[in-house]
Amino acid sequence: MDYFLELFLGGLTRGSIYALIALGYTMVYGIIGLINFAHGEIYMIGAFTALIVISVLTLMGMNTLAILVIAGVIAVIYSSAYGYTVEKIAYKPLRNAPRLSALISAIGMSLFLQNYVLLAQTSDFLPFPCLIPDFEFMEPYAHIIGSTEIVILITTAVVMVLLTIMIKFTKIGKAMRATSQDKTMAMLVGINVNRVISVTFIVGSATAAIGGVLIASHVGMINFYVGFIAGIKAFVAAVLGGIGSIPGAVLGSFILGWTESFATGYVSSDYEDVFAFLFLVLILIFRPAGILGRSEKYKI
Amino acid sequence: MEPVLKVQNLGMNFGGLRALDDLDLDVDKNEIVALIGPNGAGKTTFFNCITGIYPPTDGDVLIFTHGSDRPERINGIKPNRVTEKGLARTFQNIRLFPNMTVLENVMIGRHCRMHAGVLGAILRGKSTIKEEKKAVEDSYAILEKIGLAQFVDEFAKNLPYGAQRRLEIARAMATEPFLLLLDEPAAGMNPNETQELDELIKQIRDEEGISILLIEHDMKLVMSLSDRIFVVDYGKKIAQGTPEEVRNNPVVIKAYLGEEVDA
Amino acid sequence: MIKFNEIKRAFLVSIWFMFLTFPIMVIRVNPVERIVEWRWKNMILVGIGSFLLSFVWNYLMKRKELGVKKTEAGEETGTIPLAQRILGEKRIYIPGLVAIGVFTMVFPLIFSMYQTTIMTTALIYVMLGLGLNIVVGLAGLLDLGYVAFYAVGAYAYALLNYHFGLGFWMALPIGGVLGAIFGILLGFPVLRLRGDYLAIVTLGFGEIIRIILENWNEFSFGPSGIANIPRPSLFGIDLSVHSSIIYIYYIMIALCLFTVFVVNRLQDSRIGRAWIALREDEVACEAMGIDKAKTKLTAFSLGATWASMAGVMFAAKTTFVNPASFTIWESIMILCIVVLGGMGSIIGVIAGALVLILTPEYLRAFSEYRMLAFGTMLVVMMIFRPGGFIPNVRRVYKFEGVKSADKS
Repeated sequence: MDYFLELFLGGLTRGSIYALIALGYTMVYGIIGLINFAHGEIYMIGAFTALIVISVLTLMGMNTLAILVIAGVIAVIYSSAYGYTVEKIAYKPLRNAPRLSALISAIGMSLFLQNYVLLAQTSDFLPFPCLIPDFEFMEPYAHIIGSTEIVILITTAVVMVLLTIMIKFTKIGKAMRATSQDKTMAMLVGINVNRVISVTFIVGSATAAIGGVLIASHVGMINFYVGFIAGIKAFVAAVLGGIGSIPGAVLGSFILGWTESFATGYVSSDYEDVFAFLFLVLILIFRPAGILGRSEKYKI
Repeated sequence: MEPVLKVQNLGMNFGGLRALDDLDLDVDKNEIVALIGPNGAGKTTFFNCITGIYPPTDGDVLIFTHGSDRPERINGIKPNRVTEKGLARTFQNIRLFPNMTVLENVMIGRHCRMHAGVLGAILRGKSTIKEEKKAVEDSYAILEKIGLAQFVDEFAKNLPYGAQRRLEIARAMATEPFLLLLDEPAAGMNPNETQELDELIKQIRDEEGISILLIEHDMKLVMSLSDRIFVVDYGKKIAQGTPEEVRNNPVVIKAYLGEEVDA
Repeated sequence: MIKFNEIKRAFLVSIWFMFLTFPIMVIRVNPVERIVEWRWKNMILVGIGSFLLSFVWNYLMKRKELGVKKTEAGEETGTIPLAQRILGEKRIYIPGLVAIGVFTMVFPLIFSMYQTTIMTTALIYVMLGLGLNIVVGLAGLLDLGYVAFYAVGAYAYALLNYHFGLGFWMALPIGGVLGAIFGILLGFPVLRLRGDYLAIVTLGFGEIIRIILENWNEFSFGPSGIANIPRPSLFGIDLSVHSSIIYIYYIMIALCLFTVFVVNRLQDSRIGRAWIALREDEVACEAMGIDKAKTKLTAFSLGATWASMAGVMFAAKTTFVNPASFTIWESIMILCIVVLGGMGSIIGVIAGALVLILTPEYLRAFSEYRMLAFGTMLVVMMIFRPGGFIPNVRRVYKFEGVKSADKS
């Protein structure tokens, strides 16, 4: 039973991380209908920035909690800046081009960012220090769930709530929803669509950065390639839940997290990555709109 | 009269929305029939249901081929099968193949009347060469008829607007239909172009023996062309009859024509 | 004339990029040894680089916008591309073709073994590029798992040889057929998907195949792969290493010519037109009586057939296969070849393959930056030259009266 619980909570943690990344995919897709292939790299850059900041501050002898907070904030700022810039360079000029062009451009951006980090830093795995202390009150449950996991779950929950509030109640949130419904109409009623798209990229990148820092301290190491596979999986989660739908992305992420956790726990860990892809293929074949997505009827 | 198309009790639901409700419509041989109604009345949805893009929720779409009076039900078959059976359509918002030449656009219409497969294309045997040659000639002949022969090697995207609309008709005709469905063929055309279109459509009917069902907002064109008119509003048929009858039908005037009745 | 505004803009851009690249480019950390290295030089380089690139970018953007406006105004869309003009001129292109033909034929006799091997590799990519060109360039289906079919061919030969002792000439057609079968198997489920989903699902399939090859030891011998695959024999005679390298080169030339012949015929046929129409507008395509599913499946399986044959060739050339040769990056590289050369253009794809494969080989210093350059290239090409460097030339029919039609 403990083993089951461990896997269950492990899946939940995994799912939370996927959710933080999946949000960016789903939001961008909702607004401009593009799979932002470079999103995984944004998350990787967030984690790398955090690692660099942590290393520098550690040498300066700051205390752990302050380091973690500062590193997290800087990672969020940088990821957002990268997300914003990527949109301006690689996607904005292609907004009226065929879908295929934008998609290829996105793949190019992903390739570029990976190799940029590879060349500027290193191809080796770097250890990522775990700065989250072991909470005393968690000790009795330590065999099932660690402190890092708890922090991940709580942070994810907080981010989700904030994001929901933003989208439901703020002005920019309303503008985002309007733009995702109909770009031309939104423009006609005076919404600055370019700004909405930029904000979407910034918000999506920021949540990805939070995910990046959390998973890096959970796994304990990173390299330039971590973004790609995590990105693909988060994308699977977004599609699973119904791309464009924010609750869908969260639901899809948890389902994928649990599936992977139980499958690797009870079946075999060799094929860990295969499950995600199989899931994706099956979903797209049998329910292309995802669990919470609505099938879109294109107008003819 | 010999019917070519008979639609009975056609209904279409999108989720909870009933876009088409209990629609009846029929087209006879050598007839030009117009389908009119306010924006959003369900006209294009009706076309989409007939041509297989949406499967209708209920009702029957029946076609009568080769003058046989035994109808064939074509509900829910794929769009390409519908075209093979002899119903060809154009689109409200022009959907040409922009980066193909005008001739190639028409040749795509010939596709379903040709047979060469992968092997035939690679080996390029006698029959394939003959078929290709014939396709080029037939397509060119159609372009001449429609009056687009001077554009034959242009890319479709570089054509003037009116010519693009005509090219859609040429492409549809290349599939050898017995019924041509035109979705707002005059949209965006100037009076001159509309006049030419009027003549073209009549010519297609008279010379090719193709029946025509069209959706159109230009009342002058509709009144001039149509043998019969069907009026829909909110997915329901509200009137039908000759142009004269429809013009004077108070229900139609109220629902749709309004001031424009004497146009 | 460079205006003050533009300088100001470029200056801001360069500040922004210096900020953006600051942590990654300037600081390098080594958490194990607790060393932090500061590389301020990089910051200056980024600043100057982005300052200059900003002008180039603005200039290209302006030119692009000008082009768009011209098209909208209904004017002639620029002059005929240079490449097209050269190809149209018989006096230039026939001697050119002869020269290239002679050069390729004598290549292994003049150059060293090493050069010949590299050229053979490039030719394999020509074949892969032309195969993917059917799927992406003609039919407009973005296949990111193309390398899976390459792997199918390579492993087909390796395993058939290992278990049954089958030779190269038997394995080549079998590999092709297997590729076609895999193409159809993969094609069926993904046919209903829209373009972007198709991309990600094919990517998934590609990865699944690679992961299976890595982990299913009983079947594929895992990450260590299969070695000692025989090179092709000539009428049953086993050749020395030296002569078989030359022999493989000539086989590759023949295969490439065969591929060009087939693709050329296909694109000027009923099937080829249907592919292009499908790329242009799926809905209209179906409404014109084209069976979407069948057309997509044909493109998919034909592309797969070629990848698989190239895979057999690859196994025969390297005499060793393992899963590491079939990563997603391989797929993306082949995509780069197609995009750079010009989607749908045979000559473009050949040129693209030669440039992308040979440049890093001969410019060793550059090879480190290869992937970075590829990524940049994909973005820049899509924005400024989506048709590639040698865009596809559509067939033009000439009419002598109405009766006869001939290729011009």
